[in-house]
Amino acid sequence: MAKANEIKYLTAIKTEKRAKKFCRFKKYGIKYIDYKDGEFLKKFLNEQGKLLPRRITGNSLKYQRKVSEAVKKARQMAILPYVTDLLK
Amino acid sequence: MAFGEWLFAFLFVFSFKTTTFAAHFKIYKQTKIREMNNYELMVIFTPVLSEEDYKASQKKFSAFVKENGGKIVHENPWGLKSLAYPIQKKTTGLYWVLEYSAPSDFNEKLKIQLLRDEHVLRFKATRLDKYAVEYNARKRSGVPNATEKVEA
Repeated sequence: MAKANEIKYLTAIKTEKRAKKFCRFKKYGIKYIDYKDGEFLKKFLNEQGKLLPRRITGNSLKYQRKVSEAVKKARQMAILPYVTDLLK
Repeated sequence: MAFGEWLFAFLFVFSFKTTTFAAHFKIYKQTKIREMNNYELMVIFTPVLSEEDYKASQKKFSAFVKENGGKIVHENPWGLKSLAYPIQKKTTGLYWVLEYSAPSDFNEKLKIQLLRDEHVLRFKATRLDKYAVEYNARKRSGVPNATEKVEA
């Protein structure tokens, strides 16, 4: 009798392979993140205007820190909201 | 060598060292004061200002920068823009961005002036690093920065 863990397939099961995330700042050589550019910073926020984690955006730590600083400055200058719904 | 001579030699070297150190420190301090940093100031004025008042306020602060040994790199009045949230019960503001270089002790003086002014809703002075200066220069000359390449 074949046990469940001994089942073999003739063709390999298709598993979805996600594209590897990358840091866009490193890839495109962006050295400075402008707090005045609200539209650009919105890419790193969720719908409530919260910062997206590195886990999702794939930013390196160095640039995640710069993004978060830029977002905080933009919030202070009322370019981005602190709290909201349906930002996008 | 006698002890007296040793003492003399020691004192000679020591005094020489201290004086040069003091002199160097003085020079260092002077250069530190003269050293200019690049800054960017963003001010939100009240939307109730007329066109002339808006211009006059801009002129007031840019003149203040010049008076205190600063140099103006670029001025950019954004004009009326809606705020992301109300400030002092106002939903719009007149934005103004000034890029300048000034001595490091200047921003404290500027802060006092900005706080005293009733037309100013909010302001922020940021120190620009070399990449920021480059970014702003490129933006001004119309060369696209790398940020425009990036898609979400």
